[in-house]
Amino acid sequence: MARLSVRLGDLELENPIIPASGTFGYGYEFADLYDIDILGSLAFKTTTLNKRFGNPTPRIAETASGMLNAIGLQNPGVDKVIEEELPKLKKCFHKPIVANISGFSIEEYQEVARRLDSEEQIGLFEVNVSCPNVSGGGIHFGSDPDMARQVTEAIKKVTTKPVFIKLSPNVTDIVSIARACEDGGADGLSLINTLIGMRIDLKKRQPIIANVTGGLSGPAIFPVALRMVYQVSRAVNIPIIGIGGVSSARDVIEMMMAGASAVEVGAANFADPYICKKIIEELPEVMDELGIENIRDIIGGCK
Amino acid sequence: MKQVICKIRENKKIALNTYRMVLKGDDMKQLKPGQFVNVKLEPFFLRRPISICDVKEDELTLIYKAVGEGTKMMSELKEGKLDLLIGLGNGYDLSKSGERPLLIGGGVGVPPLYYLAKKLREQGKEVSVILGFNKKDEIFIEKEFIDLGCKVLVTTADGSYGTKGFVSDVMDEVEYSYFYTCGPLPMLKAVNNKAESEGEFSFEERMGCGFGACMGCSIKVKDGYKRVCKEGPVFERKEILWQD
Repeated sequence: MARLSVRLGDLELENPIIPASGTFGYGYEFADLYDIDILGSLAFKTTTLNKRFGNPTPRIAETASGMLNAIGLQNPGVDKVIEEELPKLKKCFHKPIVANISGFSIEEYQEVARRLDSEEQIGLFEVNVSCPNVSGGGIHFGSDPDMARQVTEAIKKVTTKPVFIKLSPNVTDIVSIARACEDGGADGLSLINTLIGMRIDLKKRQPIIANVTGGLSGPAIFPVALRMVYQVSRAVNIPIIGIGGVSSARDVIEMMMAGASAVEVGAANFADPYICKKIIEELPEVMDELGIENIRDIIGGCK
Repeated sequence: MKQVICKIRENKKIALNTYRMVLKGDDMKQLKPGQFVNVKLEPFFLRRPISICDVKEDELTLIYKAVGEGTKMMSELKEGKLDLLIGLGNGYDLSKSGERPLLIGGGVGVPPLYYLAKKLREQGKEVSVILGFNKKDEIFIEKEFIDLGCKVLVTTADGSYGTKGFVSDVMDEVEYSYFYTCGPLPMLKAVNNKAESEGEFSFEERMGCGFGACMGCSIKVKDGYKRVCKEGPVFERKEILWQD
């Protein structure tokens, strides 16, 4: 197993595979399918201070090689997550988890981080400043370098755990946002969140998604994510979790060669709920084929 | 939930745009009436949720309407294998039926009621069924319900077969202890307005995953939000919040 191990700052992962936030619930439901302890880690559904019902339905539309979603950060709120979801997850997952959090003000981001800070299960925070589907929150903080730095600094003040900022691709220059987060003290970056898109129902002549627009994910966005990971990793000195359309062991290796230290698998979990398990099992085989001894050796190895 | 690679045994047109697919695969016996399967159709990214119509030993029957690109492609499959996630959703609660359950289905909402009727008949219940369609050439499996020993009423919107009108127009003609229904939302609302007993409604919603992970199909019920794919698709009448 050691050949798959990677580090995210001080955190050592048995392998680089992490189900992405919003595609794996709070984890325990997938434990019915396979032993989820084989995962490197898992990122739970974005958690906010207060309970959120999310957007009206339809929230989903299919696209070529992907999908749009506009869930709107539905979640039970941080206190319920601590009381109910984390204990359930603890029974089936025994490694440090990625706590994905969001807010509608800097104080809210801080408060969620503060309440989760004492939870032993949490290995690192992944701060969602990039949700395209809510107004006034999420992406609002991730579209401007100053705001991104302020959120980073604010969260760093209330927790001793590593803080990763999850970036949006829906910006003119992702590198400047990434640098701002690093300046603000971020321990790492996660990228990318979904790309804003839209579909129209031809018969009804109206958007398929009730929210009008949604976030595009799936294999369609892989090259975009890869490009951004490549650019950002060359501009910062903190580890990156690569996210966006990853659906095979080869995608994982490609994303890591571009500069990711670990990889989140998102929409692929919907098409095949066993995909993370399959990727972990296939990785050594693909590494053998490519002459890779330890996966950590290829991080940023694209010439 | 379980992933099963099935073999297609039959796939044929049985009514206007409506197809019956018979699949052979493991673990079909554990499926319950009202549950659904999620079908992988290459090259489409998302699976297609389809309710189960009948189960016999290792055989699963699906009846589906070819409405979009995915189901149209599905209707053209001849033989070969199909990747299914089975055992999704909660299914109908048979223990609440009483002695004279009424089953009400509209269009593509009819298929899940067949397996339910079969199970209720096995328990010796006196089952009545109301089937609603737009017109005569859309009608399917009326005879199959009659063969189970159900009392069957058919309505068509244009009056080309059975009673002219909607399923809710003939509910008064039946005495029932409890009802189970599946169909388009306007029909479910009409059934709710007319019904004189407790009952269960099966809902439809656009889904991402079909097994509770994406929160794409949440609907508001009296005690918060529930996922149509996980806590549903069947909801009890008393928990539903009807919205305009």
